[in-house]
Amino acid sequence: MTPERGATAVAPVPSETVTRRESTSRRVTGPRPGTGWRQRLEIVVFVTPALALMATFVLWPVISAARMSFYSWRGFGPMDKFVGWRNYELVLGDDVFTGAVMHNFIIVFASLAVQLPLGLGIALLLNRKIRFRGLLRTIVFVPYVVAEVIAGVVWFQLLQPEYGVIDGLIKAVGLTPPEQGFLGTPDLTLATLFVVLTWKYLGMAVLLFMAGLQSVPDDLYEAAQIDGASWWQVQRRIAIPMLGPTIRTWMFLSMIGSLQLFDMVWVLTHGGPANATTTMATYLINQGTGRGNYGIAGAASVILFVIAFVMALVYQVFVLRRDTKEAR
Amino acid sequence: MRRNTRGRAVVGALCAGVLLTVAACGSDDGDEGSNEGGETTITWWHNSNNEPGKGYYEQVAKDFEAEHEGVNVEISAMAHEDMVDKLDAAFQSGDLPDIYMERGGGEGADHVEAGLVRDLTDDAADEIAKLGGSVAGWTVDDQTYALPFSVGVVGFWYNTDLFDKAGIDAPPTTMTELYDVIDKLKAADITPISVGAGDQWPAAHYWYYTALRSCSEDVLKEAVTSLDFGDACFVQAGEELAELIDTEPFNAGFLTTPAQEGATSASGLLATEKVAMELAGHWEPGVMQGLTDDGEGLGEKTGWFPFPAVEGGAGDPSAQLGGGDAWAVSQEAPDLAVDLVKYLLSDEVQIGFAENDMGLPTNPAASGSVSDPALAELLKVRDEAPFVQLYFDTAFGTSVGGAMNEAIALLFADKASPEDIVDATQQAADMEM
Repeated sequence: MTPERGATAVAPVPSETVTRRESTSRRVTGPRPGTGWRQRLEIVVFVTPALALMATFVLWPVISAARMSFYSWRGFGPMDKFVGWRNYELVLGDDVFTGAVMHNFIIVFASLAVQLPLGLGIALLLNRKIRFRGLLRTIVFVPYVVAEVIAGVVWFQLLQPEYGVIDGLIKAVGLTPPEQGFLGTPDLTLATLFVVLTWKYLGMAVLLFMAGLQSVPDDLYEAAQIDGASWWQVQRRIAIPMLGPTIRTWMFLSMIGSLQLFDMVWVLTHGGPANATTTMATYLINQGTGRGNYGIAGAASVILFVIAFVMALVYQVFVLRRDTKEAR
Repeated sequence: MRRNTRGRAVVGALCAGVLLTVAACGSDDGDEGSNEGGETTITWWHNSNNEPGKGYYEQVAKDFEAEHEGVNVEISAMAHEDMVDKLDAAFQSGDLPDIYMERGGGEGADHVEAGLVRDLTDDAADEIAKLGGSVAGWTVDDQTYALPFSVGVVGFWYNTDLFDKAGIDAPPTTMTELYDVIDKLKAADITPISVGAGDQWPAAHYWYYTALRSCSEDVLKEAVTSLDFGDACFVQAGEELAELIDTEPFNAGFLTTPAQEGATSASGLLATEKVAMELAGHWEPGVMQGLTDDGEGLGEKTGWFPFPAVEGGAGDPSAQLGGGDAWAVSQEAPDLAVDLVKYLLSDEVQIGFAENDMGLPTNPAASGSVSDPALAELLKVRDEAPFVQLYFDTAFGTSVGGAMNEAIALLFADKASPEDIVDATQQAADMEM
């Protein structure tokens, strides 16, 4: 749109009408001779910086990681030892990596199974007019605002065996905490990590759901109330179905976040103990910057990319398409 | 002078940005070693960023500048972790400082192979002769690529007070005696040992030592060059270690305990008297000082004893595990950088280095100048050792070393057998071939 052209001709208010009409007619008839190049130039000028940034910081790294994955490379010196698919064979044959994929998927499904009902319940509750609603909302949301590494360090201290606050609380009520602590007992670590993640990310789910609830028109509630529906019925028949698109978007974000999980694991356990909490991201960092096996790390990153991409695509096609269709 | 830390990995990880921006990590600091208007600039990175070391090196650089007209020494004194990260990036971009710290072993050999490090064999022949066996870790195919200025050894640091309380008269000299000490400490309700197995390498040091005590020097030397771990002594090392782990001597939650960060780290637990001992290198008193409010660490209560002998092992009980730092000159550096490194290893500079307690000097002329009693004691142990085995992970390089450390950490978690350690190490080593 080029509003300034009309603005020079007449007074401001009619000019808008002119421009709007102009642009509508353009959409119908297609670009007029003489303005086509100009429009193209505009597109080029506005889109090029974004495309250049994308290419430099997204596309090029992806390509170089893919290229790296076919070489045996230490991270410095010339990259000249081509090894074909060997790195992929090594990664896929490595129990630590398959374990890592498992952990990622456990987190994906546990997040959906636990955080969805929990987040939804809290959002519906906080949507009611109750006392201290503002305070409660803040409390639920605060963990999400705290920087991940800071939250991780705090939890690391809380979860210290013997001297940690959580062990102290457990002892205070007469129970026995695990001898090696929650983070030091391989069988408990993933579950502990998940609890911390839920604490951290529940706030985002609640915030999204509450925002979604705001967009449900009040007349629907009123109509239901006039029909004599109970609060529970209103939530089940109106609020939750109307939240559908929001829930599906949250599920998507949660899924991708779980697949890329890194920070919290790195701060709390480094993927240990005994690889009990390794994720794909910690695996590839470990292999890359840790051990200098950049080829293997490259292969792992490509596999992570493919898994995340395929899941995102499938989800888009089968789940989110409904919402995008409705929006159109 | 910490050996390694968790912080390093975190920043490294951030820099690598899930590996996708590796290419962008290299920094371009402009022309190093440039010769503008007849002035030669030598860039020098080191990790003595606290006094007195920082000021001492500044003075050393000034003295060198005074001796050589038209030379400008540009020092970057960084925290250890920062330096390691910057160096990693510099290795990737090939844009290195003229003088930097090289840890040697397989890592150093990789740098040599990539053509990043200058061969000092001929230029510094006198210094190399003086340093003797210390340079072994920085030698590739009989050529020496860096001059070690501080080499330390690993041993048990202990709390003399807590040992007294448990009725222990003398530090243990054999594994059986160590088990006896552990029993006595436990009986006195004292946690015997802290270990930062969360960082893996502190746990790995135990296996390195049981291997050093179980394998003969020849077997170890052969293994470092051939990367063949077929000798039965390597399995025996794991069995010895498993026996130690079975006595449950470690702090609660040791599998995720970090090495040196905070009061709940392995060093912190020793510094705050929550445990009686810890296996660590010469850096330990300095680390502990940083972890106590009074800045004293264990102070007067600090004791040290070498890793005990393994009964029936083929290794020499007086051989020590250790490692150190060496000055390396990058390939593109001006010739004067070599002169500066030679100066850094001179009697004069090494004596000052020792007097300031900056480490364990390698130039024999400086041996008598170390003032800290704990460091002086360590120096004696090091110099009396028939040989100092470089940390295996450094010796074998990051790839093999990383696989080995992970397998050892798994043994600590009871998720791997002594054979698994050898298999995992061998598997990683075979990939190098």
